[in-house]
Amino acid sequence: MSLRKPSKDQPKSFEFNQASLDAAKVIVSKYPEGKQQSAVMALLYIAQKQNSNWIPLAAMKYIAKFLEMPYIKVYEVATFYTMYNLAPVGKHFIQVCTTTPCMIRGAYKLVEACKEKISENENELSNDKSCSWMEVECLGACVNAPMMQINDEYFEDLDKEKTLKILDEILSGKKPKPGSYRGRINNEPENNRKTLIEI
Amino acid sequence: MLKDEDRIFKNLYNDKGSDVESSKTRGDWIGTKDLIQKGRDWIINEIKISELRGRGGAGFPTGLKWSFAPKEIGSRPHYLVINGDESEPGTCKDRDILRFEPHKLIEGCLIAGYAVQAHICYIYIRGEYFLDGQKLQAAIDEAYEKKLIGKNASDTGWDFDIYIHYGAGAYICGEETALLESIEGKKGQPRLKPPFPALIGLYGCPTIINNVETIAVVPTILRKTGKWFASLGKAKNTGTKIFCISGNVNTPCNVEEEMSIPLKELIEVHAGGVVGGWDNLQAVIPGGSSMPLIPKKTCETLTMDFDSLMNEKSGLGTAGVVVINKDQDIIKCMARIARFYKHESCGQCTPCREGSGWMWRMLERMTKGEASRDEVSMLEDVTNQIAGHTICAFGEGSSWPVQGLLRHFRKEIEKRNNFNPTFETDKGIPYLVDQHLLEKKDA
Repeated sequence: MSLRKPSKDQPKSFEFNQASLDAAKVIVSKYPEGKQQSAVMALLYIAQKQNSNWIPLAAMKYIAKFLEMPYIKVYEVATFYTMYNLAPVGKHFIQVCTTTPCMIRGAYKLVEACKEKISENENELSNDKSCSWMEVECLGACVNAPMMQINDEYFEDLDKEKTLKILDEILSGKKPKPGSYRGRINNEPENNRKTLIEI
Repeated sequence: MLKDEDRIFKNLYNDKGSDVESSKTRGDWIGTKDLIQKGRDWIINEIKISELRGRGGAGFPTGLKWSFAPKEIGSRPHYLVINGDESEPGTCKDRDILRFEPHKLIEGCLIAGYAVQAHICYIYIRGEYFLDGQKLQAAIDEAYEKKLIGKNASDTGWDFDIYIHYGAGAYICGEETALLESIEGKKGQPRLKPPFPALIGLYGCPTIINNVETIAVVPTILRKTGKWFASLGKAKNTGTKIFCISGNVNTPCNVEEEMSIPLKELIEVHAGGVVGGWDNLQAVIPGGSSMPLIPKKTCETLTMDFDSLMNEKSGLGTAGVVVINKDQDIIKCMARIARFYKHESCGQCTPCREGSGWMWRMLERMTKGEASRDEVSMLEDVTNQIAGHTICAFGEGSSWPVQGLLRHFRKEIEKRNNFNPTFETDKGIPYLVDQHLLEKKDA
């Protein structure tokens, strides 16, 4: 299990804005009547998106009221799942996969790059307060190892130099291109394709 | 090697586009109505003839699973749930189906939904695959627009709705009952079985849960007949499978191949060989991180299917092949996997919650050579106390890789961890108060 604690600095109140409210209503309608609790995970995502990538306790209380469920049940869900950030993270949130398939292809070099460019420790904001990074477990792109995720996008087939370049671009406000950084097409064997040639 | 025309996922590398029109040129959505009108029994029987086994890891026969659904809809509706919470280290096949072959999955959902009499289908996708889920959502919207699903889906008279539910980074939600808990908006902690989900599942209603790949191959099986599927591979291990080959190989890739393909062919032909040559191979994890590793000498002749891997005390799992060469420290690799399991344990059962962390800490010390030699057998004991003593299969999943390491690399661990903590060999320990007693033999 991973230990997860809410941030000490909490905003006093939280409310969905109109866009979030509309999105939340669509989500709730996906589930059968009386089972609106199912929407809690999606609503936490919406709150996280609205509140610059983290979920304050006030948002959990708000969602509990919104879905007519006990606050503790929302708290349980928010602390159980690791993709809900309970403390502020950078606007550019960098997650480096270091599980074995990535590790044996050099994922810790990517971690070194993050340490050099962003911050010495995990979950620490960079000097300009725009980025933070952390090590995560398998992100499910093992044949593109080593890789990292920045917000929603996957950056694949990396090495240290390429990572440094990507981080530089992000720190200078540019938008690096997601996908493979060795120029291969998706998950095909690079320059070694033996299948699906004539179709 | 499998012929290209026998491959099911012809757009695995996205050469042709994943929208509905290009999917139709690959055969999707053609004659769906006719297939469904042949009836439930025909569909389930055809899947039984094909001997399709679930692709999510356990390898349970799909046709049999579908036949567990109640024959008539009672007071409770039936649900179909698709498991796309692909988090097993070494596996990345479902992601390619979600983003490049979404219509195969959607059509499969409709057919499977009809076969088990479900009007509603939830597709559970891991939260990290948000963008791939968006691509699937676009394909679902497309299918609604063309009236392929929705009210009177594909003109069959069957109403069918598909919704996507995103996970949020919990590996355990790949376990079917934990996945149901997660859809219900709770912590993803597995339920006790029985009752099995086929009778009491999502919201207490009959629920059939299948992996993304299992459902995505169904339409093609029905079109090309179960007999065709059964003719590939070998008995009880039929058909094709997407293999993900990662780790120390020259060209890591996803490739669809026949079941029972030799492991050596998979690595040498498709993945371009081991980095440093075949002789540099140390071990292979054959089916995602929870399956015990296999040493090089077995890899020479091994075929990749459920039964032959079972004979090697491993398993096909999700067919995520992780190749580890001799440049890697095998104990460190397994320690990292143990850390993964420590992180992902849901915390419900004590043996798993405490044991997974214990195994990780021991393995970390063994990597550095700081463990005493007694701890090697203690580690083995811990793995045996976890496996089989938990609600779900996570206990096995976390202890099998460690057991595999101990089975094949015990000498290596013992060589590195030769420290003996008893007094007689190390009298100079300063914190021993009664050192003078050590002088006496019978002290």
